[in-house]
Amino acid sequence: MRRYLIRKLIFAVITLLVATMFVFGLSRMAGDPLLLFAKPGGYGMSPERVEQLSRKLGLDKPLVVQYLVWLGRVLTGDFGDTIVSETSVRKLIWERAAPTMQLAIASFILAMLMGIPLGVVSAVKRGSLSDYASRTLALVGQAAPIFWVSIMAILLFAVTLDWLPVGTAGPDDVSFWTWTKFKYLIMPAFALGWGPAAALLRLTRSAMLEVLDSEYVTLARAKGTSYKIVVWKHAFRNAILQPLTTSAIVLASFVTGAVVVERIFAWPGVGQLMTDAVWNNDFPTLTSTVMVFTAVFVGMNFLADILYGMLNPVIRYD
Amino acid sequence: MNARPTTGESVQSGPVSQQRLTLWYILRRWPILPVVLLALLVTMGVGADWIAPNDPVDQSLPDRNARPLFQDDSPYFFGGDHVGRDVLSRVIHGARVSLSVMAVALTAGMLIGTGLGLLAGYAGGIVDEVITRIVDIWMGFPFLLLALVAAIIFGASYSTIMVLMILVAWVSFVRNVRADVLVIKESGYVALAKISGASTTRILARHILPGTIGTITVIASLSVGNLILYEATLSFLGAGIPAPTPSWGNMVAEGRDYLQTAWWTSVIPGTALFLTVMSLNFFGDWLRDRLDPRLRQLG
Repeated sequence: MRRYLIRKLIFAVITLLVATMFVFGLSRMAGDPLLLFAKPGGYGMSPERVEQLSRKLGLDKPLVVQYLVWLGRVLTGDFGDTIVSETSVRKLIWERAAPTMQLAIASFILAMLMGIPLGVVSAVKRGSLSDYASRTLALVGQAAPIFWVSIMAILLFAVTLDWLPVGTAGPDDVSFWTWTKFKYLIMPAFALGWGPAAALLRLTRSAMLEVLDSEYVTLARAKGTSYKIVVWKHAFRNAILQPLTTSAIVLASFVTGAVVVERIFAWPGVGQLMTDAVWNNDFPTLTSTVMVFTAVFVGMNFLADILYGMLNPVIRYD
Repeated sequence: MNARPTTGESVQSGPVSQQRLTLWYILRRWPILPVVLLALLVTMGVGADWIAPNDPVDQSLPDRNARPLFQDDSPYFFGGDHVGRDVLSRVIHGARVSLSVMAVALTAGMLIGTGLGLLAGYAGGIVDEVITRIVDIWMGFPFLLLALVAAIIFGASYSTIMVLMILVAWVSFVRNVRADVLVIKESGYVALAKISGASTTRILARHILPGTIGTITVIASLSVGNLILYEATLSFLGAGIPAPTPSWGNMVAEGRDYLQTAWWTSVIPGTALFLTVMSLNFFGDWLRDRLDPRLRQLG
């Protein structure tokens, strides 16, 4: 178990390091960092000034050293300033983290509440109308692009029916635990949560089918235990392990999903910061947000590995 | 999804009894609807220049946000977008973009992935270790985000997105081909080929590769939908196919701002994308159940 975890941890760290190298390499391809100092109209920096600046910025050192210096700064949370507003990127990300987390948590709860119960029902009542309905829900959820779901939801609930507001996370001066604020969350959370809910539904369904087919379930039924107890106590407890393990990966998938959802709903989170940076060519902001999201993504996958190792005693620890 | 577990009543061996041959049964057993939709898509993509009624980038200000023909008297069947371009023609040309990006990425990814998979599985040892580790690390990346960075630096263009898509496509082939090779290389006929003096290249090409074709086909068919979705998402975020060229992703992005006044500009390309991905998933599942039910967990 310990060897397995250490191994997984090493891989998580390597993955993160490769990602930083990738981003650093790309940022150097984006152009000479010295050009940032060439003010508009003031081109033609003197050779002395160039030399002085590159010594100050460490650009005269080998690329490896530059990378390590940059890495050290990123690790301590110093992401530099944005190009657009010249404020600290770290502060910006910090401000935007809360809305993104709200959205992710809401979607996660929604995905679990939709996926797991429907998966159980669908397996227990196999071939019934509710089975077909659940599977259709899963099928559409897995094929529908997030932005298509979002746009259809906006069209139906905001434009046609006018039930839910759209755009931003609601007024700032209202507490989060009110309906005024909460109704802004419904559509984005649903758009982000449907796909993962579909994945959880399929997993729960197939795990339940397998367990319900096993001998101890038949035995439990044969000795006279009620069907309800067999389903929820005997079968469900065993079938739930795999979907639970996957739930960490579900959270990881929100990283990419949030970028799209926040863009459509103008949700003021880190994802929106990132896509704004794409449109504004704001390189420091883009790389920092990408690094933060990558770290979350890798961390969540690592968490999934830990869960998997803990819950599954037959795993091979090599 | 349309195939059932082996205990299900729809999986029957032997002749199908006459009364079961209803339309519903045929539709469930054979992926007819998906295939029809996909055939339509391919026709649209290949023949876009002849099929599209109008030029996809031709602007016409009087027809700005023109309503679709079924709602109003309009010059365009599916209405016009915010600069008066024909939405139908753009959707048709968008099919071509999606298809071409997908086809190139899939072919290149398939070649690279299969090659590396054969190499890793057959060579074993340190080569296998290195390739498997690279694949592991690659799978741990949130690729969309790195693609965003790359797209900003190299500029959003057709070739950038092509390269990015190839980088997404190759991994899943490596893993599954490698797993196949590990089994096949232990088999008697490979040993016999070795004894009779066949070269490594010959063994790989003539004796091992044919055994992996089923897997490759299944992985390819399961990846197609994701690749198309990927391209659309990147284009939607402004990091894919650049603006005047129509792609379903950037059409949805442009139409998003006009959702209240002109819903068709984003809903129609979005629906085209949804139907395409859904058909591809259906078809991929069906093919997998036919060719290689072992791969079921991949779905």
